[in-house]
Amino acid sequence: MKTLTLKIDGKEVEAEEDMTILEAAEKLGIQIPTLCHHENLEPYGACRICSVEIEAKGKTMIVASCCYPVKRDLNVITRSSKIDKIRKTILELAAVTAGEDAMGEMRKLASEYNADLSLLRSKTSIVPTKCILCGLCVRRCSEATWDSVIGFIGRGTKRQITLYPEKASICAICDYCHDVCPTGKITSTGPDPPFPQIDDILAGRE
Amino acid sequence: LESIQPVRTPEELEKLRQKIESERGNKKPTVSICISTGCVALGATSVLEAFKNGIKKTKLEEEIEIKETGCLGFCEQGPRVTIYPDEICYFKVKPDDVQEIISTIKENKIVENLLYTDPITRKKVRRLNEIPFYKDQLRPLLENNARIDPKNILDYIHLDGYRALAKAISQMTPQQIIEEIKRSKLRGRGGGGFPTGIKWETTRNATEQTKYVIVNCDEGDPGAFMDRSLMDGNPHSVLEGLIIGAFAIGAQEGYVYVREEYPLATENITTAIDQAKQYGFLGEDILGSGFNFNVKVHKGAGAFVSGESSALMTAIEGKTGDPRPKYVRTAVKGLWNKPTCLNNVKTWANIPLIIMKGAEWFKNIGTEGSSGTAIFSLVGKIKNTGLVEVPMGITLRDLIFKIGGGIKDDKKFKAVQTGGPSGGFIPEKYLDLQVDFDELDKVGSMMGSGGLVVIDEDTCMVDSARYFVDFLLEESCGKCIPCREGLRVLSKTLGNICEGKGEHDDIGIVEDVSLTMENASLCALGTTAANPILTSLKYFSEEWDQHIKEKKCIAKACKSLTDYYIDPKECQACLICLRECPTKAIEGEKDQVHWINQKKCEKCGICYEVCKFDAVEKLSGEKIPSKPAKGMKPIRKGAKQ
Repeated sequence: MKTLTLKIDGKEVEAEEDMTILEAAEKLGIQIPTLCHHENLEPYGACRICSVEIEAKGKTMIVASCCYPVKRDLNVITRSSKIDKIRKTILELAAVTAGEDAMGEMRKLASEYNADLSLLRSKTSIVPTKCILCGLCVRRCSEATWDSVIGFIGRGTKRQITLYPEKASICAICDYCHDVCPTGKITSTGPDPPFPQIDDILAGRE
Repeated sequence: LESIQPVRTPEELEKLRQKIESERGNKKPTVSICISTGCVALGATSVLEAFKNGIKKTKLEEEIEIKETGCLGFCEQGPRVTIYPDEICYFKVKPDDVQEIISTIKENKIVENLLYTDPITRKKVRRLNEIPFYKDQLRPLLENNARIDPKNILDYIHLDGYRALAKAISQMTPQQIIEEIKRSKLRGRGGGGFPTGIKWETTRNATEQTKYVIVNCDEGDPGAFMDRSLMDGNPHSVLEGLIIGAFAIGAQEGYVYVREEYPLATENITTAIDQAKQYGFLGEDILGSGFNFNVKVHKGAGAFVSGESSALMTAIEGKTGDPRPKYVRTAVKGLWNKPTCLNNVKTWANIPLIIMKGAEWFKNIGTEGSSGTAIFSLVGKIKNTGLVEVPMGITLRDLIFKIGGGIKDDKKFKAVQTGGPSGGFIPEKYLDLQVDFDELDKVGSMMGSGGLVVIDEDTCMVDSARYFVDFLLEESCGKCIPCREGLRVLSKTLGNICEGKGEHDDIGIVEDVSLTMENASLCALGTTAANPILTSLKYFSEEWDQHIKEKKCIAKACKSLTDYYIDPKECQACLICLRECPTKAIEGEKDQVHWINQKKCEKCGICYEVCKFDAVEKLSGEKIPSKPAKGMKPIRKGAKQ
């Protein structure tokens, strides 16, 4: 594999050409926040919290570092007032469905970026679902069971994750979806099961 | 029936063309009837039937030919009928008019009352290019729409169809074709404006051997029908461009992605593909060159976002049409991860013209940075609505006032929105802007695929921004947070402002969310979605302030901020509004001025519409004057004279 050199936050780093900015930054020990990323899963690019500024050929633009491939002589800035502002807003937007009491990574990042998780939520009147539709559970499930038991339905704000009823019997209750959930939505037990159908089916109620 | 002989060489194509020419050379009168979507909706099918029956009855089948053609763009004047060779244009034709038209064809006369009347000179106009709507247009892409039966490949071949393909395939190398397109400076007509030649070259140079070409006909902008018009009316021009492109790029397979809502376009392009196959323009060893190429039609399922190239490719693959990150271009890694060149319908249709007439001809039309013509769909508060094709660089003023005939009901112009739902609003001070990719970009709007919505003084700029945000909210795929949640918050916030519930920090919130969407969304739907809001805020900030601080809408379009009021000095106590009011909110009786009980009023505006004395007013941001004394008599107008 060929390697190339680029600059991240002023530091030079050598990276393999099929790496993403996120992976190259990790080599330098630079932490870029993520919500929909998992090192063992294909990049998805949905949460956009990993947005960074890049500078190439005199132009600056903002890209999702989890998907953007490294390029020779790229100059990457992972923190700036603009990036921080965007991340803060993304967290506040994510909280619209995640709820102001979101736990896990969301909570941690909210305090780091000074995000007021109730600011934008209060503008809408929807009931929080705790889910930010990062798709980690869907992607994790499809890798674990070779055939996803859960998936997306609906478009736009009606998008949601659901159990495919005809595939429910494949569910191995492996808890992998639970492990990757960044908001604490998915719990294998507890009062608020993520995919009610799963529990209903397993409990023989359907 | 003559069996179809495939055309095997460019020479055979020329022979076929000459044969058609000699068979049709006698120039017998032809009745060309638009049976495209717009005219059909206005009754063109029964007009067509009337012509068929009428000609049969008068036994003129041998003397008069009927041609069912595509759209000429002036749809509001439909059904349109043109009589060739004299090119006499009749508009708003009804079945009852047909017998008269038929008899005049025989006698070489004209049916005066069906001609278009120039609204300024009040004169009757016979030919298309004498009509103000057409006078300033330049129509290389659309002009053949009235001359071709889209279901008959021979019509297309007759008008030099597939000669560009023959030329490209027999006289040019793929590299030369790409160079020619690059020299023409053709830019992608889907809205992005990316140089087409460079895109082709990228796909051609990609290492993978399997390559695809795609026609994007997922036209979803509200009020736009440019692509439909070409696909309905001249599908072979799109197909010929695609075949040339495939040859230049080295693609073996192509797709035409047509949205489900375009049944006629789907039908006509499918027929065109079948016929092109029969005649040897598709399939194996095209025109004896050894080049093989096939095309499939893929029907979309009605998602606006599928017009985005990566979403469209995902949809062809059989998955949900969600966009994916395009940091590696689809030109290199597209459909099934193979190099894929996707272009808009109009981009492909320009290709045969450039090959036949040369890059220089094309470059001479338009501006330095944007060559060629642009097709716009003129809609909104404008007198002449319809499809227009104009050279790039025409001013907005010429487009709206010359071609469009000015603002409806002679109201005042307020803004024009270009580029579809995620384009920006352009205020009056930029009316002399030369319309092309770069100039529109500079003022915060975009070319998009060519929608052009004219807005007058009675339209609220906050409400307009909300309209487009709500459209995009419905159409966002919901994959990324900035677009999905950003649009949700914007829609709610703008809705509140329009309903008089705006708060002082709303503009800051709108700006922050817009900034995040613009910079961090996954695809172009999200990154451009805030354009209507940002331009509305930039050019019409006083309207936003009035809504939030004074609870006032100067356009008096926001229902919650507008009250209806009857001016007692103007009311003639005629009882009309009183009778028409559906909520019985109007008090008064004969010979007593009327009064609206605001508590009962639902603001439907019927009283405003029906009042013959202009006594009903709309008020916004001001106190409703107090009720006149009971039993007040109307002040009779004109009584003094």
